[in-house]
Amino acid sequence: MLATTGAPDSEPQEIPGGPGPAVSVRAVGHSFGELVALERIDLELPAGGVLGIVGPSGCGKSTLLEIVSGLTEPDSGEISILGAAPGPDGRLARSVLMPQRDLLLPWLSALDNAALGLSLGGASRQDARERAGGDFERLGLGGFEQARPQELSGGMRQRVAFLRTLVSGKQVLLLDEPFASLDAITRAETQAWLAGVLAADSHTVLLVTHDVEEALYLSDRVAVLTPRPGRVAATIEVPSPRAPDRAAAVTSTGFVELRERALRLLAGEAA
Amino acid sequence: MRPGRRRSGARSGLRRALAPAALLVGLVAIWELAAQQGVLADLLLTDQGAGGDGDSADFLVPAPSDIAGKLWAERGLLAGDTWVTLTEVLLGFVLALAAGLALAVVIHLSETTRRAVYPLVVASQTIPIVVIAPILVVWFGFGIFPKLLIISLICFFPITVNSYDGLRSVDPDLIKMMRTLGANRLQTLRRAELPWALPFVFSGAKIAVAVAVIGAVFAEWAGADSGLGHLILVSSGELSTALSFAAILVLAAIAICLFALLALLERRIVTWKENPAG
Ligand SMILES: Nc1ncnc2c1ncn2[C@@H]1O[C@H](COP(=O)(O)OP(=O)(O)O)[C@@H](O)[C@H]1O
Ligand SMILES: [Mg+2]
Repeated sequence: MLATTGAPDSEPQEIPGGPGPAVSVRAVGHSFGELVALERIDLELPAGGVLGIVGPSGCGKSTLLEIVSGLTEPDSGEISILGAAPGPDGRLARSVLMPQRDLLLPWLSALDNAALGLSLGGASRQDARERAGGDFERLGLGGFEQARPQELSGGMRQRVAFLRTLVSGKQVLLLDEPFASLDAITRAETQAWLAGVLAADSHTVLLVTHDVEEALYLSDRVAVLTPRPGRVAATIEVPSPRAPDRAAAVTSTGFVELRERALRLLAGEAA
Repeated sequence: MRPGRRRSGARSGLRRALAPAALLVGLVAIWELAAQQGVLADLLLTDQGAGGDGDSADFLVPAPSDIAGKLWAERGLLAGDTWVTLTEVLLGFVLALAAGLALAVVIHLSETTRRAVYPLVVASQTIPIVVIAPILVVWFGFGIFPKLLIISLICFFPITVNSYDGLRSVDPDLIKMMRTLGANRLQTLRRAELPWALPFVFSGAKIAVAVAVIGAVFAEWAGADSGLGHLILVSSGELSTALSFAAILVLAAIAICLFALLALLERRIVTWKENPAG
């Protein structure tokens, strides 16, 4: 099933900034005082690709995304995004991080929260609202445009935060457990919707999740990290990710085998 | 849902206001009785060794009814002086708000400025206003300017300190979120930090309006030809205590009204907090 389902547009696309990986992480290590969070991480991701990252909690996944985004400088190692010069500014300009907490601004409506990145980038209020509001219906947020964040459920807030990230205009998306507070059904729907979005445009995505199925469904490759201090234990290639029929894809034999392999790796067994 | 909550809020607010109102009425009634009987004046005068003839000592402790009578009889005089003092208080307060907010932003943005300026801000509060006020009058005359200086010198401190604390207390993850979305320093300040600090600014402003009235009285005592503070000075010199008390009553009313106005404004603007501070 997996082998025959053709995923549209899973080929790496031409990138501004020349050939080579869109995101490359080389020998990155980071500590908080005595605590070594990341030991030595090497990752590479072509433009238009989706790299899933799974690992036990506390192994440094959020730390890694924050480093890649340019918000934190690592103790050691190098990160490059789309050929940006070393230093955080280039990474900040080319990527956007969706943190684990939704961090919506309580004084803005859901729509204005989703449009925040656009309006910071100089879009007019009207234009920003139109572009951010386009997907409200599809994400089950229709009718909640004017609601304040504190009137929304945790799952709805997370979808607003996701939309804010998606429409921010950045090329590289760094998603930290983006669907963690969604219920199972909404999560499956949102994953299928995201698969469609990623097929239609050229975003490059680093997707951290604790849900192995989510990682294997959405990613071209999945990196499994060891418990703290985080290292890449193994990388799993996914033959044909983001199939339009999600339910069929995740129950296919090939997928189930991949998932078992990933779970064994997570449990610390050799592949 | 909202209006319902507000209505029941108003009702419980009324119930809560009942006890202090009853207490106030009780105290005023006791005061009235005691003053009518000359009890208070007798106490004061026997202390000083003078004879206890109730009628002749009326002026010492005016009864609430005397004060109310004066409020009405001298309403023209009081209205003029109220206008003068209110103008001073409002202008001084707005001046302090602008300066305090600006300074809070500057010391929030610049570590160096904070280290240089913050101790001076604190030190400015140790200046004895009573002593400095006459000097300012000597320098700047009887006009409104020295009064604005004195009032804003008093108001400025709670506004600056509270606003700065508000700016400082912003969730660091929120700042990171703004940065990753592409916000520059000024955008982060305007779109995230200032709205976040707004309830703190209101707290500072509410403290400031209350002390602004005291500042106005000090300023007018140091040198003025009108205003409620000036009226208190003149009337107590003439032993017209009822008029002094009437002026004090108006001053208290000004402070309460301005405070309530700010609280109302806060509830209107800071709609994202269930219970805005204060
Ligand atoms: N700012 C910080 N200061 C100190 N320790 C931190 C900080 N951020 C994360 N850590 C620690 O680093 C480790 C990795 O954290 P994190 O990246 O959040 O893991 P994950 O996202 O994989 O659950 C954890 O043990 C966490 O407690
Ligand atoms: Mg995490």
